[in-house]
Amino acid sequence: MTGNFGVRKNQMRKYKREIPLYFLVAPAMILVGIYSYGAMAGIGIAFQKFVATKGLFGSEWIGLTNFKTLFALPDFLRVLRNTVFIAFFKMIGGIVVPVIFALLLNEVKNKFLKRSIQTMVYLPNFLSWVILAGIFVDILSPSTGIVGRFIASFGLTPPFFIGDPKWFPGTMIITDIWKTFGFGSVIYLAALTGIDPTLYESAVMDGANRWKQTLYITIPGITSTVILMTVLSMANILNGGFDQIFNMYSPSVYPTGDIIDTFVYRLGIQQTKFAISTAAGLFKSCVSLVFILASYWLADKAAGYRIF
Amino acid sequence: MEMKIKNSAPRKLFLTVNVIVLLAIGLICVLPFINVLAISFSGKIAVTAGQVTFWPVDFNTDAYAFITRSSAFVKALIVSVERTVLGVAVNLILIVITAYPLSKPTSEFHARNFISWYFVLTILFSGGLIPSYMIVRYTGLMDNILALVLPGSLPVFSMLVVMNYMRSLPHELEEAAYIDGASHIRTLIHVVLPISTPTIATVTLFSFVGHWNSWFDGLIYMNSPEHYPLQSYLQTVVTNPESFFRQTTNLNEDLKTMLNLVNSRTANSAQLFLATLPILAVYPFLQKYFTTGLVMGSVKG
Repeated sequence: MTGNFGVRKNQMRKYKREIPLYFLVAPAMILVGIYSYGAMAGIGIAFQKFVATKGLFGSEWIGLTNFKTLFALPDFLRVLRNTVFIAFFKMIGGIVVPVIFALLLNEVKNKFLKRSIQTMVYLPNFLSWVILAGIFVDILSPSTGIVGRFIASFGLTPPFFIGDPKWFPGTMIITDIWKTFGFGSVIYLAALTGIDPTLYESAVMDGANRWKQTLYITIPGITSTVILMTVLSMANILNGGFDQIFNMYSPSVYPTGDIIDTFVYRLGIQQTKFAISTAAGLFKSCVSLVFILASYWLADKAAGYRIF
Repeated sequence: MEMKIKNSAPRKLFLTVNVIVLLAIGLICVLPFINVLAISFSGKIAVTAGQVTFWPVDFNTDAYAFITRSSAFVKALIVSVERTVLGVAVNLILIVITAYPLSKPTSEFHARNFISWYFVLTILFSGGLIPSYMIVRYTGLMDNILALVLPGSLPVFSMLVVMNYMRSLPHELEEAAYIDGASHIRTLIHVVLPISTPTIATVTLFSFVGHWNSWFDGLIYMNSPEHYPLQSYLQTVVTNPESFFRQTTNLNEDLKTMLNLVNSRTANSAQLFLATLPILAVYPFLQKYFTTGLVMGSVKG
């Protein structure tokens, strides 16, 4: 029997042993405190008649006036519509294309071929949109680009993919899928290799052909992963893709290509309308947060997914 | 045990067509790079005339000779190397010293859940562009390389990946070290770190690619273009190809004569390719570790 004193001594020693752990997490807590939580405090700007020289504590509080101004801007609705349109189709393509690609690649049994194809399709994922925009601006140029020349070789007039508001959103959606589908397929390939091979063996015994095996074993085998990824991607409903669009857009495509993030940038950094820009950013963060929480909740319910 | 089944004729046809389609898709992913590479090694006249597809025409290395002697490019390259080395080092240290305590069970580290949420919350919600910009300004980091390192000093997602890995390690190992009288720091360095190398490799690559590819922070936090990292510098060149030559008006005579040999397309192509090289250099490792990292991070067992 350990006495009461012994227990407390033990407990003390336990707590004492925790002290170094606090020292270990402290640096990151301080830095995140300053740069992430400090920025969160800066959201106050959205509710102020913000004057940079007066700062957050000296500026006048004006409630929701900035939001009223923001929502009344004719550009705001347009920007919102463009964002949702582009983000939605990127989301759909970002699920459908990798799934189909993974299903097809899974049928390739030759290791060398499979590896070669993977090596080619994963590459664009690792390059920045600055590099890729540089490449696309060159190859999609209607007069000198290789794509334009290819289209012209059929006697057609190549469109101005990144300069024409009619073509711009589609170009953003396709090039984004081009960049991400290969790497996006990794998770489905992992799910496919996780399917129990004895299922196929017994299916063959039962006389199921390849198509039936795909329909009744392969597809159900990855359904939970597909649902999980779909649910998680919902969080991106207001992410039009700043890096991509900022590097490829121009005033001529604002009607269809301007998104919330590029709008926030122009208002805030270029026109230094800090308060309205912050309000627009806060609007996006709040809507996104609702979608993120809803998607995590759904992911937990549907697939038992938790981030930690 | 694998069953040998004879492939039927339609099956064989499917497999052949499938491989051809997939190879074509693969080519679509790499041909744009090959086109740019070919342009960078081609003669200016052939490029302007639109004769270059996937093989250089009038092969030469003038664009590379020009670029590597352009001070704007070289300066930006040095800034990029500095921020990547510094940034990856800071990321790694913070990831490791933060993930280790948080990998302990709540009974051994009572604030564990609170602190974990403290970090996770920053993934869910952020202040946005202007407040983040203001904080960097108020902390006096404008035009300082630390502005590219400190705001993202702890990549929370990477930290969670490492934390989850450390949690999955057999508890007996740390227990044994504890009984031997090892401190937390010693346990971390001598017991936990050596067996965590696969995840550490994964997050190192995440950080490397992240820092190398970052361009926006350089654009808004660096006041003078001489302090731009490579990707920010390229961003200004990409959005306005002619600006490249405006930037290089104060060239020395040697480079001015070279302007006859290159144009903005060959020069830009060479710059884009050079900026891609470090990623290509680590690409084999990326394929190996990123895949496991991604799978570990997103579908935790």
